Amino acid sequence: MSEAIEGDRTFADKFPEEARVVRAALLGSFLALTLGAVFGIIQTLHRTGVFRGLISSTDYYTSLTAHGVFLALSFTTFFLVGLFTWAVVRSLDRPVIDIRITWTWYGLMAAGMTMTGISILAGFVNELDMSADVLFTFYAPLQAHPMFYAGLAVFIVGSWIAGADYFRTWLAWKRENPDERIPLQTFMVLTTMAMWYIASSAVAASVLIFLLPWSLGLIDQVNPTLTRTLFWFFGHPVVYFWLMPAYLLWYTVLPKIAGGRLFSDPLARVVFVLFLLLSTPVGIHHQYLDPGIAEGFKFISMTNTMFLLLPSLLTAFTVVASVEYGARQRGGTGLLGWLTDLPWRDPAFTGMMLAGLMFAAGGFSGMVNAGMNINYMIHNTIWVPGHFHLTVGTAVALTFMAATYWLWPQITNKPIYSRAIGLVQVVVWFVGMALMSNAMHAQGILGVPRRTAEPEYSGFDYPTMFGGFEELNIQIAIGGTLLFVSTVLFIGNLVLTMGNPKISGLAEELPPALSGPDDAPRVLDNLRLWVGIAVTLVVLAYALPLAAIINRGGLLGPGVGTFPVWLTPVLDALANGAAAVVGGVVDASASLAEVVG
Amino acid sequence: MHIHAYEKLWLAASVLLILFLLGSVTYGAVGPGVAMVSDSEPAIDAGALDEDDRFSEPRVEQVGENEYAAYVVARQFGFQPDPIVVPANSTVTFYVTSADVIHGFEVAGTNANTMVVPGEVSEITVETDGPAEYGIVCNEYCGAAHHAMEGKLEVVSQSAYEERASGGDGE
Repeated sequence: MSEAIEGDRTFADKFPEEARVVRAALLGSFLALTLGAVFGIIQTLHRTGVFRGLISSTDYYTSLTAHGVFLALSFTTFFLVGLFTWAVVRSLDRPVIDIRITWTWYGLMAAGMTMTGISILAGFVNELDMSADVLFTFYAPLQAHPMFYAGLAVFIVGSWIAGADYFRTWLAWKRENPDERIPLQTFMVLTTMAMWYIASSAVAASVLIFLLPWSLGLIDQVNPTLTRTLFWFFGHPVVYFWLMPAYLLWYTVLPKIAGGRLFSDPLARVVFVLFLLLSTPVGIHHQYLDPGIAEGFKFISMTNTMFLLLPSLLTAFTVVASVEYGARQRGGTGLLGWLTDLPWRDPAFTGMMLAGLMFAAGGFSGMVNAGMNINYMIHNTIWVPGHFHLTVGTAVALTFMAATYWLWPQITNKPIYSRAIGLVQVVVWFVGMALMSNAMHAQGILGVPRRTAEPEYSGFDYPTMFGGFEELNIQIAIGGTLLFVSTVLFIGNLVLTMGNPKISGLAEELPPALSGPDDAPRVLDNLRLWVGIAVTLVVLAYALPLAAIINRGGLLGPGVGTFPVWLTPVLDALANGAAAVVGGVVDASASLAEVVG
Repeated sequence: MHIHAYEKLWLAASVLLILFLLGSVTYGAVGPGVAMVSDSEPAIDAGALDEDDRFSEPRVEQVGENEYAAYVVARQFGFQPDPIVVPANSTVTFYVTSADVIHGFEVAGTNANTMVVPGEVSEITVETDGPAEYGIVCNEYCGAAHHAMEGKLEVVSQSAYEERASGGDGE
């Protein structure tokens, strides 16, 4: 087992080149987190009416686009590629094939996100005729600046090369170790990336075939239901793309921190295979309320969605069982008494456990979202952001931050500046999110919509349940403020950590599972088979709906206009944009070189 | 592959939960007859609503005994007609379309809720209760003044409705 022979050298000692990439990816991720948090606090105070002095209600949507794109795409994906690079290299115990390829995908992803980011942030500057106030979902016929779409395409292509990098490194390892099982972490990375290729193909097609040519004026119109459906083809599996790195950490790192080891390696593989199979053929559940899509297609999507609960419920069992095993190894006894024997003072442990607890709550509100009929009560209300701030906003984000307290020393040889601050940070996040998310769910049931700068209306008042609209607004504002404070504590702690001297003796090895890979049927490692079934399921779920949508509205839309939220001759903007990109990339790479070096 | 006995139990309970959730929605559809927004209405030319029988003059009209149809147009940044006036204790079917971008149509605090997509007509049928006023909000971001996009649904008594209808404006 590669896990057993790490000795007392850290990842940074053994693979210094790869450790640089992992650091760069994580720092890119935390830069996005910082920006996202700034927009988050502005929005939480604006929306709730506590303070509206900083931005206008029109600029709220610029802020909301930035919050969504920087956190949901940039923060998550940069952390993911950093973590996955670490996981593949660590579990295969071999370097990547060619570090220049690794830096290439990193550069492409950074350049793409810089382009998209500039096109969004330009919306705050009236002198610049550029903006992309289309929110994270960019539903046509609202139209963004071409650079927004072009940047997304470059970013996605970068992530594809990252996936190829992992697959090639694994294939090289396989030639060197022909009869060995795929190490668990690498297995998790490969299945996740296979899912990502399937999922992102649709949004890439939507951007490259329809939205980018349309924003450049090459085609007059697009079919809004088609581009929306292609978005959600990608938009649901992307949530599992965010979640899988958190699962990787819960399965392979959390048991170790708890003092034990993973309960079952085979079941971990089963869970990841289930996600590969079921993540994509479910996207239509975001379109239950769409006209132009038959009820039967929605029902199929719901059925797949409900079965997607299975791998998460299995994970809940395995993670709790692994942690309990750890507690009992540390001397814990009793039916629940073992809970007191866990390392609650360790921010990495407590953060991940609190993240898992909130994920359970998010799972329950997700079941409501998934139920085709009760969904009508809460569709597009603030209930939905309440839900996904529990899932991606806590299960994923808090796990990433907590894991950083464990991972960062491994990739830098620097101890965390203050574990006490870390502990406070993860608890503040939990409390803040409990307040904010609970109040958002409650407002959603009152009918308060999501995605609006001013949720109060002149013509009517909301009904009163679970406390009124105003009272819930205060809860949201307090919760959102605590989340911002937590992010500041996290980033501050990390910056101070970067000033720490390097020391030795930080190496931590990951123990193998109680029930190891030899207990897992060989067929689980047959990635070709699983990818084949996954593609088949996607074709079954999407071929007919897509054909019906194109048949109804045409490939390029049923006479729908164009509604740019940026108003300028395209060529001028492109020229300005190109100059801005060059400048932005130079700045970004310069500052990156400083922190990485 | 070895699976712990507790884990088998957990797995069985999980599958039961999933089947229960699917069963409850299926029952809702075939039992009480909860209908979903679907592809029941043909596609429409969003650029030519002026020439459309139903949407050139957004309105409420009686289509059967105690059955009413409301033809509603959503556009940046309002709904037509506004207010939408319907009689109490009746069956109302909303036909909602968009003249420009994607909007939402949500009667706040109820489950009358649909996406409104240009080129498509959303059909939702509701049973009204007694007289009441409801807010209608656009719950999908639709541009710079999205937050100002609201409407009103007035459920009035049968007699008040007839009085208004004979008053000539019908809205």
